[in-house]
Amino acid sequence: MQIPTRYEAGVEGNVLKANVSDLDFYYGAFHALKRVSMPIHDRKVTALIGPSGCGKSTLLRCFNRMHDLYPGNRYAGGGIVLYPDNTNLLAPGVDPIEVRMRISMVFQKPNPFPKSIYENVAYSLRVRGMRNKSELDDRVESALKGAALWNEVSNRLKELGANLSGGQQQRLCIARALASDPEIILFDEPTSALDPIATASIEELIIELKEKVTILIVTHNMQQAARISDYTAYMYLGEMIEFGVTDQIFIKPQKKATEDYITGRFG
Amino acid sequence: MDIEQKLENIRGIIVRAKRWDLFFTLLGILSLMVGVLTFTILFVDMAIEGVPRLSMDFFTSFPSRRAANAGILSAWVGTVLVMLLTALAAVPLGVAAGVYLEEYAPKNWITDIIEINISNLAGIPSIVYGLLALGLFVYYFGFGQSILSAGLTLALLILPVIIVATREAIRSIPQAIHEGSYACGATTWQTVRDHILPYSSAGILTGVILGMARAIGETAPIITIGALTFIAFLPPAPFTGEPPAGLFDWIFAPFTVMPIQMFNWTSRPEAAFTVNAAAAGFVLVFMTLAMNGLAIYLRYRLRKNIKW
Repeated sequence: MQIPTRYEAGVEGNVLKANVSDLDFYYGAFHALKRVSMPIHDRKVTALIGPSGCGKSTLLRCFNRMHDLYPGNRYAGGGIVLYPDNTNLLAPGVDPIEVRMRISMVFQKPNPFPKSIYENVAYSLRVRGMRNKSELDDRVESALKGAALWNEVSNRLKELGANLSGGQQQRLCIARALASDPEIILFDEPTSALDPIATASIEELIIELKEKVTILIVTHNMQQAARISDYTAYMYLGEMIEFGVTDQIFIKPQKKATEDYITGRFG
Repeated sequence: MDIEQKLENIRGIIVRAKRWDLFFTLLGILSLMVGVLTFTILFVDMAIEGVPRLSMDFFTSFPSRRAANAGILSAWVGTVLVMLLTALAAVPLGVAAGVYLEEYAPKNWITDIIEINISNLAGIPSIVYGLLALGLFVYYFGFGQSILSAGLTLALLILPVIIVATREAIRSIPQAIHEGSYACGATTWQTVRDHILPYSSAGILTGVILGMARAIGETAPIITIGALTFIAFLPPAPFTGEPPAGLFDWIFAPFTVMPIQMFNWTSRPEAAFTVNAAAAGFVLVFMTLAMNGLAIYLRYRLRKNIKW
């Protein structure tokens, strides 16, 4: 597959935020990602779709080096280059903590810490050494506003995060991911544990967020990918089958396999 | 087959099958009674014999040749001080080892061997720890037959319990919380300090107190390292001993503990000493139950704010 470089990103003069090239990844002996390549456009929503076990979450978790937490996981070739500084996130010399300071993540099931709403959001800032109370207050407030949660929680910041509803908890986790002003936010099926109304509010939020931050989202819901993403990548059995502008992928896929999946004949 | 007969068949089958429920219920109650009743009878018997003997004097008197004058002052003070040192030594070591094994240790065969051996350590007879301590603490380190030697010995004894409890408590924290912390950019130490330890503290505490409850009743290793059976003075309070008196002189003092005092009294021929032993036993059981009660209360308090 042709991968546009940063300077020939092409489509509407978009700038590239990251580029995955020939990435191989193993869980022990299992070859989970096979020479995967794809571009990530700056301040756009890129969706990863595909049937269960296709490697979409595995690819997402390469971006913040989550795999480094577990033994037996191995990046076996290729890389993910982050622009504009051309850092290969997977290079052995790059500290995974540095990567996670730049790229934050929202998980499948809302996972607020068993701390107050305020402390949940402030945690991202505290690990970055922020101690000044008024600065923390400001950043927590703007993160909660960014996650469209401020109006609901502004008078109960001391309450436990777990007391919120599922959708609110997920927005709290988005606020936590947003507070540190990341370059990319990774979403790993962020609405799969939520009801349709909460899902709609999260989708709306993601579309708003791309004004400021690049978004990479894994979803098993094709309609969701069609609704919120600018680019879509279809993966199958650890391979990148097709990458393109979302409309093109859903209306006129180039590959037969993609079309079969999109139209529900398979998967 | 008409419906009447079919229903009758089904009901017959259910009645026969349910007999096993009844059988197992009875078996379960019986098994439960063996444990609970035995302990209750033992405790009540001890209470009936010992409680009338309890008085302020019993707690504030040293042992004596006359049963009526004898008390448990040196024994309960000894037990409290030994327990204090045991906790001070075992908790930091046990928690640190547990955290290391869960969060830091590389997953390889050396770690596996260490893990297997920690479980095995919990099964080693306590007298063996006593012998180890006699050689190591009493003679090699020169701590003598002191509260310090006893505290460290019991700390070794309950270390595996605390390590295992710490690991269990850490493992009960959902993976998602763990990953959430790392995803924020936290280092392993920040994750341990801000999340792992606070959220597992209830479980760790339970393990600590269960370990302490075991240690408080231990006799064999304490006798092995040479605790005295008759002692008519208290360890020096801070800054009161022989000059130059220090804050920690008491850790090198000779001592006795509750179970040894009990053991001493039960081996006397006079019946009055048996009553003393029962009273001391009642106090010891009460101390243990109080510790367990504290564990239950603290666990409730600490878990109240932790919901996943």
